[in-house]
Amino acid sequence: MSTTSPVETKGAAAATYLDQRLGSNKFLARNLGKVFPDHWSFMLGEIALYSFIVVLLTGTYLTLFFKPSMVELVYNGSYVPLKGIQMSEAYSSTLDISFDVRGGLLIRQMHHWAALLFVAAMSVHMFRVFFTGAFRKPRELNWIIGVVLVTMGLGAGFTGYSLPDDLLSGTGLQIIRGIVQSIPVIGTWGAFLLFGGEFPGTDIISRLYPIHILLIPGLILALVTVHLIMVFTQKHTQFPGPGRTNDNVVGYPLLPVYMAKAGGFFFIVFGVIALIGGLVSINPIWIFGPYTPDQVSAGSQPDWYIGWLDGALRLMPNLESTIAGFTLSWNVLVPSVIIPGLLFTALGAYPFIEQFVTGDKREHHLLDRPRNAPTRTALGVMALTFYLLLFIGGGNDLIAAAFNMSINSIIWFLRITLFILPPLMFVLTRRICLGLQRRDNAKLLHGYEAGRILRLPHGEFIEVHEPLSVKELAVITSKSDISPLPIPQKTDIDGVKNKNYKSESRRAKLSHFFYGENIPLPTAAEIAAGQAHVAHDAAIEAPLHAYEDADQIENFHGGVLHHPGMAQTNAEQQDDR
Amino acid sequence: MKFLAARRRNPLVALGLLLVALVAVGGGYAAIANIQPAQASASSQTQVEEGKRLYLAGCSSCHGMAAQGTSNGPTLLGVGAAAVDFQVSTGRMPLAAPGAQAIVKTPTYNETQIAALAAYVASLAPGPAIPTAEDTSFDNADVAQGGVLFRTNCAQCHQAAGQGGALTQGKWAPNLMQATPKEMIEAMITGPASMPVFSDGTLPIKDKQAIISYVNNLQNASSPGGLDLGRLGPVTEGLFLWTAVFAALIAAAVWIGIKAR
Repeated sequence: MSTTSPVETKGAAAATYLDQRLGSNKFLARNLGKVFPDHWSFMLGEIALYSFIVVLLTGTYLTLFFKPSMVELVYNGSYVPLKGIQMSEAYSSTLDISFDVRGGLLIRQMHHWAALLFVAAMSVHMFRVFFTGAFRKPRELNWIIGVVLVTMGLGAGFTGYSLPDDLLSGTGLQIIRGIVQSIPVIGTWGAFLLFGGEFPGTDIISRLYPIHILLIPGLILALVTVHLIMVFTQKHTQFPGPGRTNDNVVGYPLLPVYMAKAGGFFFIVFGVIALIGGLVSINPIWIFGPYTPDQVSAGSQPDWYIGWLDGALRLMPNLESTIAGFTLSWNVLVPSVIIPGLLFTALGAYPFIEQFVTGDKREHHLLDRPRNAPTRTALGVMALTFYLLLFIGGGNDLIAAAFNMSINSIIWFLRITLFILPPLMFVLTRRICLGLQRRDNAKLLHGYEAGRILRLPHGEFIEVHEPLSVKELAVITSKSDISPLPIPQKTDIDGVKNKNYKSESRRAKLSHFFYGENIPLPTAAEIAAGQAHVAHDAAIEAPLHAYEDADQIENFHGGVLHHPGMAQTNAEQQDDR
Repeated sequence: MKFLAARRRNPLVALGLLLVALVAVGGGYAAIANIQPAQASASSQTQVEEGKRLYLAGCSSCHGMAAQGTSNGPTLLGVGAAAVDFQVSTGRMPLAAPGAQAIVKTPTYNETQIAALAAYVASLAPGPAIPTAEDTSFDNADVAQGGVLFRTNCAQCHQAAGQGGALTQGKWAPNLMQATPKEMIEAMITGPASMPVFSDGTLPIKDKQAIISYVNNLQNASSPGGLDLGRLGPVTEGLFLWTAVFAALIAAAVWIGIKAR
């Protein structure tokens, strides 16, 4: 025992103390050695988690000083250009946080930047999961939790944006009111319910406050916990590579490697947020002024994650219809309720849709390379293009002002491209994916091009191909080819009518749409033949590498070596050796 | 002449002649355009007559020989000296090129010439006069009240921070960060381009001064939060987040991912 260092003894003592009270040793022993695979894109979710922690910490500090009240008062703080102005207590307390609370502005800016980063990291994490097929069985439920988390993130962001009661907050709430009002039948009453009477009323801030600081963060925290537990129990997916199969996980143990990395990354994220919170201004509410319904600023925009919805609203033509004396505002209903509703439903349902269409009920722990699921990748790019065009639309006035363009032209350009570009991107992406598959197959069959041209004794030129590395071989051959579902028969062999013919043929068509275009991997025999060809190249080239007077060689071109001063045929060179 | 005669059918001759013609016309025009103002300032005619001469030479082709307006330009009867001073001293007039809106550029005329033009146009019909030094002084103005008035009357086009914004069909509300008090008062009383007129009846001079005092405050305000990202609101904030912040974090993630391999 004398060899044990004091630190170890202390650690062991602590572990024993805890184990005797919690029975934790067994749990820790089982889980601390758990292996996590390594890839930078697996850290996108971590950025979201860490920025959420920063949001919680800074948010707690802000609640100590923020007053969620719409009681009118006269500002008498230290920001002179607003002195003596009537404003709500919410706005005035946000000014106090910014100018009179120690560290208040830094914490407020960190809170806001971290919130923007939270949603950004969640979105990109979601793209990673989508394009690599990580949502497939058994992780469909975790995908849904993720989609709910993104929605919650948008909700948290929007309620937070509304709380300071500055001109931007109020303008955003004004739009929310319009959106609620556009819902048929219940719209008007819904708006009254939300705002406690006519807009803006005196209730909305105090109602949004508990939603922003209690309800949504509580739900996010609970869902994040479930999300992570599921990652833990289901094990993390991994990219294909040598020795990586659907049944193992290749990576580093949780302790110490992964813990150190994750811990370090937390401090990096925290540090970056603190840095920009201190150096870069965000939402200077004192410039926008307190909200009053008769004021609005040019360039009023939501935070980036609501930008696509604002864009949809800006691009939608002004359509209204009147049914039995009631107005139906398609101009607001379609972009603000129907489009996001459809998009989020499709997002949540996607794993199930794909499973239904492909009939693929196997478990997947090995990630797809995006090119190996061309239709999924193309669908994702299509949706992303649609989203980005709406997103651009949300900033149309700033784009017009910055680039001296007509805002009307921008709107019309986006209205038209919104229908043309996404399908075009679908076709283009699928073609690119299939092209990459062909390229992979060519590499399997012929190795990769070494860039060295060799002239053979009889004059033929060949390009030397080299065998693929073990890693690349494993990555390329990880692809699993799936053939589309067979076209159903109207009647079976015994002449019995197939009752489900219609639905089955519809499904077969969808399956064909999904898997119909695919470049199958070459067979093992073909690959072996190809590798033999590569080996043949290497054999031809080998004597050149083995040439003993390599230092003396003066000219080397076309695969023919020349001694200084004398021309030799290849045959003579061979003889020399 | 044999040398020239032999080469006059050379294909390069046409190009050369074109070049000579262009230089002659362009240079001649530039010479005349430069000389005219010099003559004007040297002349001893009265201000109005001088203005008329400048007007006929530089403005009448669009605004008409009697400032009555043509299909190319509006009438200047009744616009007053303030409008002329605003448009010409900011370089908006004479128009550089037809477009959605006149752009601000280096003024074509000097101060005396602008005063002469303004005096001539003011002599045609009564209109708002150039604001006096007393009008443009905002020493006693209430900056906070000016802020309220600015947000109520100006921010919907010029943006809450005075950074300007887009209007329809390629027009825009200009950025106010370089605007002088005189220009602001002139703009308010004459309503250039798409801007409405804020006469002293609707917005008393005291309120105008308060607004100017607030804009002046915006022009000189430091940014307590750090780098202000152009004070354009969430769009530039989002741009900064995605380009700088997210890129930095992805780089860190890649770095951590590589290190362990």
